[in-house]
Amino acid sequence: MIDPIFLVEAAVNGILLGGVLALLALGLNLIFGVLDIVWIAYVDLVMLCMYAAYFVVQVYGWPVWVGGVAAVVLGLFLGVAVHVLIISPILSSPPINQLLATGGLLFFLQSFATFLWTTDHRTVRLSLPVIEIGGMFLSFARLIAFAISILAMLGLYLLLKHTYIGTAIRAVAQDRDAMALMGANPRRVYLVTSAVGGAMAGVAGALLIIQYSVHPYFGAAFGPLTFMICVLGGLGNMVGAFVASFVMSEIISIGGVTWSTEMGYVVAFALFIVMMFIRPGGILVRRD
Amino acid sequence: MARLAALVVLALLALVPLVPMGGMRQYVLHVVIQVFIWSFIGGAWALMGRFGLVSLGHGAFLGLGAYTTTLLWNFYGVSPWLGAVPALLATAVLAFLVAYPCSRFRVVGHYFALVTLAFGEVIRLLLIAERDWTGGSLGLTLKTAGSDASLMAIQFADKRVFYYAALGVWLFGLWVWARLDRSMARAAMEAIGEDETAAASVGIHVTRFKLAITTLSAVLTAAGGILYAQYITYVNPETLAGIGVSLRIVFAVVLGGMYSLLGPTVGTALTIALSEYLRVVFGLKFIGMAETIYGLLLVLFIIFLPSGIYGSLRAALRHARLPARATA
Repeated sequence: MIDPIFLVEAAVNGILLGGVLALLALGLNLIFGVLDIVWIAYVDLVMLCMYAAYFVVQVYGWPVWVGGVAAVVLGLFLGVAVHVLIISPILSSPPINQLLATGGLLFFLQSFATFLWTTDHRTVRLSLPVIEIGGMFLSFARLIAFAISILAMLGLYLLLKHTYIGTAIRAVAQDRDAMALMGANPRRVYLVTSAVGGAMAGVAGALLIIQYSVHPYFGAAFGPLTFMICVLGGLGNMVGAFVASFVMSEIISIGGVTWSTEMGYVVAFALFIVMMFIRPGGILVRRD
Repeated sequence: MARLAALVVLALLALVPLVPMGGMRQYVLHVVIQVFIWSFIGGAWALMGRFGLVSLGHGAFLGLGAYTTTLLWNFYGVSPWLGAVPALLATAVLAFLVAYPCSRFRVVGHYFALVTLAFGEVIRLLLIAERDWTGGSLGLTLKTAGSDASLMAIQFADKRVFYYAALGVWLFGLWVWARLDRSMARAAMEAIGEDETAAASVGIHVTRFKLAITTLSAVLTAAGGILYAQYITYVNPETLAGIGVSLRIVFAVVLGGMYSLLGPTVGTALTIALSEYLRVVFGLKFIGMAETIYGLLLVLFIIFLPSGIYGSLRAALRHARLPARATA
């Protein structure tokens, strides 16, 4: 029998993991909601941002916050680049081609990173303490990452709700054709959305590098989970993705402690498959 | 004319192992065997891919086939000839279990791709989790059989045997494709791919066709996995299950063109030739370079040549020929 304290610790760690997963999922979901395209390579962009933070902090010795800013700037730039170079030429292609084009990007980024930096695992070493609360050991880095990701999500919410461009983004997500009829320029909205989505990848990268080591296959480890969270929450549905992140992270975290790491993921993925059948519109949508 | 050309090519392929190549023979045969096996697998994937059922989880079927026969052989000494029966049956059952609800609840497009992706990951993770049998991420080496039992164990020291086996399997894959291409099922599947509701309204049994094509595709893929495992005599979760290999299959096919008979073969041959060439030229110094170029090509292809190399070439040829015929 497992000591209940371990379960509580796993649950708390699950919440902390959920915060970062939610950030990943929201960035991807924003792009999906507006452009109706799944960027299979999204987490590979996050991987590049993690490398950026790693090099700035660990190799060139700049302070941590500079690394964070570098990751966000790179993410923003990558988001724009992916949109301009890959997505905009195939905006009207069948969805499967769009999926496969970003899948090709995944291959490219993964192997180019292997080529440049080998498959070594790299970490940013911060001497952050592990704090003990009531017999549980929690990593301070994870707490910080959780707090910042909640702040970033709040920022995204404010951007979408209270700015002109945010309103435009929400409008396009609701009805692409009507927006064009209103005289708005969907291209600009697409570009801004991709930039914001990319910047979210940068924030996620900066927060992940202080908890996990980065390697070229990082995207393969977190990518499938991120899409599943988006789909589980309802593609384009921000609140759904937020809830789904915590559902998945709790399953993985508690499953990992009570069974094994792989089985935690197996249960999470199996739940995803079943949910796709019974609630295809996402967990918060009622089937009609 | 086309039939004659095909016969000539076939005769040449059958003669390849007899060409004196000195020390190069083993290597050339190895590359060609790989091309045959992976083309067969790509063709199996394209059977459903061409109708809009894009599966990103075919690695699961590959792994299921390969691991079932390997485990039966290593632990119980069951000949892979016999082991293939439960392996293929299990694959068929599993394909059915995934395809039935997908069809029933209308999981299509992106969603179908993501469900199959999740399914592929589940199989890969289960293979890793059951490490007591499967060796986890380290994989498993097939027990070697004595030379007297090589036929029973499907293990041959001579690559030429595998060459002919792979050639036969590849031809079988082409035959299945051609057979399907001429059948009513193809017309029905095309209609379903275009518009399910409309297809159902003219009396096409949507679920039945989808299930049949998915099961066929999965079973052929598993058969390819078994052959590959027998040839390499080593299985591991990264090369035979999971998202990496699933995407690799899809991309080779998309590169060649998934709507034509030889598209998957052309795509597979090109990707294998490219990675072998880069490996020979750069050696181990530039690990990842081959895949980098390959990924870049994929993106460019999907943007500029969405029907693939072979598909676009054929379309261009037909285009050039048509006006000539019109004037005659």
